[in-house]
Amino acid sequence: MEINRRSFLKIFGIGMAGAFSGGLLLPKNSVGVTKNVEPEFYGILVDTTRCVGCRSCEAACAEANHLPIPDISDQSVFEKERKTSTTQWTVVNRYETEKGEVFVKRQCMHCNQPGCVAACLVKAMEKRKEGPVTWDTNCMGCRYCMPSCPFEIPKFEFQSANPKIQKCNMCWERLKKGEKPACVEACPEGALFFGLRREIIHEANRRIYQKPNDYFPHIYGEHEVGGTGYLYISKVPFEQIGFRTDLGTTPYPEFTKGFLYSVPLVLLLWPSFLIGVNALTKREEHKGGRIK
Amino acid sequence: MNENVVNPEIRNLKDFFYFIRKELRPKGKIFTPFNIISFPIILLGAALVIIRLLKGLGSVTNLSQEFPWGIWIGFDVMVGVAFAGGAYILTFVVYILRQEKYHPVVRATVLNGFLAYVFYAGAIFLDLGRWWNIVNPIIGNKFGVNSVLFLVSWHFLLYMISLFIEFSPTIAEWLGLKRIRRILTTLTIGAVIFGIALSTLHQSGLGALFLMAKDKIHPLWYTEFIPVLFFVSSVFAGLSMVIFEGTISHKVFSNQIDPEHHESFNQILIGLGKGCAGALFVYFFMKILILIHSKQWTLLATPMGTWYLIEVIGLVLLPCMLFFHGVRYQNLTVIKMAAIITMLGVIINRLNYSIIAYKWYVPLSQRYIPSWMEIVITLAIIFTEVWVFRWIVNRMPVLRESPEWVYEEKTLPKEIIIRKEVPKWKASVM
Repeated sequence: MEINRRSFLKIFGIGMAGAFSGGLLLPKNSVGVTKNVEPEFYGILVDTTRCVGCRSCEAACAEANHLPIPDISDQSVFEKERKTSTTQWTVVNRYETEKGEVFVKRQCMHCNQPGCVAACLVKAMEKRKEGPVTWDTNCMGCRYCMPSCPFEIPKFEFQSANPKIQKCNMCWERLKKGEKPACVEACPEGALFFGLRREIIHEANRRIYQKPNDYFPHIYGEHEVGGTGYLYISKVPFEQIGFRTDLGTTPYPEFTKGFLYSVPLVLLLWPSFLIGVNALTKREEHKGGRIK
Repeated sequence: MNENVVNPEIRNLKDFFYFIRKELRPKGKIFTPFNIISFPIILLGAALVIIRLLKGLGSVTNLSQEFPWGIWIGFDVMVGVAFAGGAYILTFVVYILRQEKYHPVVRATVLNGFLAYVFYAGAIFLDLGRWWNIVNPIIGNKFGVNSVLFLVSWHFLLYMISLFIEFSPTIAEWLGLKRIRRILTTLTIGAVIFGIALSTLHQSGLGALFLMAKDKIHPLWYTEFIPVLFFVSSVFAGLSMVIFEGTISHKVFSNQIDPEHHESFNQILIGLGKGCAGALFVYFFMKILILIHSKQWTLLATPMGTWYLIEVIGLVLLPCMLFFHGVRYQNLTVIKMAAIITMLGVIINRLNYSIIAYKWYVPLSQRYIPSWMEIVITLAIIFTEVWVFRWIVNRMPVLRESPEWVYEEKTLPKEIIIRKEVPKWKASVM
C-alpha cells in the first residue's frame, strides 16, 4: 500500500484519537486500584461481648445525622433481624447463639478499599483520609455502589424525587473537628472502641489473648475484603451473628482491575490491527465490488 | 412508497424547512394494527415517565434495597446493547474485511444500532435516581476513572457519535446535500474503526459491571471471564438481531427493496447464520471450559443448576446446532428460528446476571419482580424506537438504493482509474 498524504493523515488522525482516548479512559489512578491503603486511618472496634442492646448508639446516630429518632425502649425490634435503612444508618440486632444472646451493631464497614468507591463513576463515594467512606451530592443515582458492596450497606431513597444514598459516614463532620463518632460517645458499656485502625487491632488482639475463653479467636474485618474500618470481636463464630464469612480477603476493587488494565491496551492495539486489515483488503475494492 | 420519495433540491434555509415539514407528515396508513396497539402504550408510558420523574423511582418500579437494578438495566440496557452489537460486527465485515455481500444490510443495521443506543441506553436516564447529574462523568464533576461504569458511560457517548457519523451519509442523501455527503463518507472508516474498539470494550464492560457482585451472583454464572462472555455473546446477539430485524424489514418495507436485493438477502441470512453458529460454538466451548475449571459441577444438581443447563444447552447449544443445520441445508426457516432462540437465550442470560441468578438465595417472596408500569415503559421505549426506525426507513435511503446522484459521483473517478490519468489519492473512495 502506498502511503500518500490523505491516508497518512487518516491513519495519523485515527492513531492520535486512539492514543488520546486511551490516555483519557485509562484508569489514570490505576495505582489507586492496587495500592495498599496505609491503614493509618481511624476505625472502630465493636466488642459484641460488651454490647447489652440498649440501642443508645442508634439514637445518638439519628440525632447527630438528623434522622428520625428511634424509640429505643421498644424491645420488639429485636424479634427479627433488621438491616440498616435510609433512615437508620446503624441498627442493633439480637442473635440467639450457642453461647446465649449476642447483640450486634451493624453499619457501614468503611472498607480499606471499598467496592462502592471503585464503582462510583463520579467519585460521589469517597474514602476519606480520616477513614470514613462518605457520599456526596454529585451522585447520579445509578446505584452501582449497591451491588458492589459486599455488606449491602448503601441504601437508596426509592420514594424520593431527589433521592440520596444513605449510609453511615463515621460522623465525618465530627471527626474533622476532632470529635469521636456519635455512637462511640453514646455507648454506656464501652462496647465501641475508637482509634487508629492499627491501635484497635492491637486492642482487639489484647482482649482475645487476655481472655481466650471469652472470645472466638478472630477479628472480623482485619482481613475480610482486604480489611475494614469497623472491626468486630465476638464470643461465637461470626456466621452465628449475621456476618458473611465467605467474602474472602480480596479487596473488591481488585475484581475489576484486570478489565480496567486491558482498556488502554484494547484502545491502542485494536484500531491499529483494524487499520492493518483494512489496508490489506483494500486492493479488492478496485478490482471488483461495487462501492455504495 | 417509492413514488413518495422526493429528490430534494435544497438551496436555502427556506427550502430546508419546507422539506422537513413535508417529510414530518405521516406516510402510509395511520390505522394499522401495529399503530393501534403501540400508540396507547406509548402514551401510557409517557404518562408513567412523568410520574417517575416527579415522584421518584419507587412510584413506578418494584426496585428495593435488595434488588437495586431491575429490568430497565437488566433488560433495556444490557439486552438492548447486546442486540445492537450487530452494528459493530457488520461494519467490521463490510468496511474492514470488505465483504461487499453484506453491504445491503449495513445501513439498516447501523441505524438500528444507533437507535438502540439512543433509546435503550437512554433508558439509563429514566433509571438514574439523580438524572440531572447525568453529565457529571462527562464534564468532570468528578471523573471516577477507576469505575467500570465510567468507562461504559464514556463509551456509550462516543459510540453513539461514531454510529451517527457512520449513518450520516444516508441523512445527507435524504437531504440531497452532495458536498456534505462526500465529506461525511470520508469519516466513515475512522468511525468504524473507532466504533469497533469502543464496542469491544463496552460490550465486555457491561459484563465487568458484575465483577464486584461476586458474593451475590450464583457461582455457576460468576466467573472472572464475565467480560469475555459478554463480548462473545454480543456477536451472536447482534447477528441474530440482524437476521430477525432484517426478515421483518424485508416483509414490511418490501416495496423499497429492488428484486435483486431480495434474492441476495437470502444468501446474506445464510452467511449471518454461519457467523452465529461459529460465535455460539465458541461461547458454548468457553462456558464448558469455565464450568470445568471452576470445579462446580456438583451445583448442576441444584435447581439453579437446572436453570443453568436450560440456558447453556437449550438456548446456546441448541440454536448453535440449528444454525449449523440451517446453513448446511440452506434452510432459512431453521436459521430464523435459531435466531429467535438465540435472542431469547441472550435475554435470559442478561436477566440471570442482573435479576435471576443475582442473589439467588433470597426467597421468591422478597425477590424483585417487575411492576406492570416498568414493563409498560419498556414496551413504550421499544415501540417508540420502532416508530422512529420506520419514519427514517420510509424517508431516507436505508433499505432502498441511494439516489442516482450518488452513483453519478462515483462513476467519475472510477473511469479515471481505468485510464490511469490521475494520481491514486483522488480515487480513494472510502
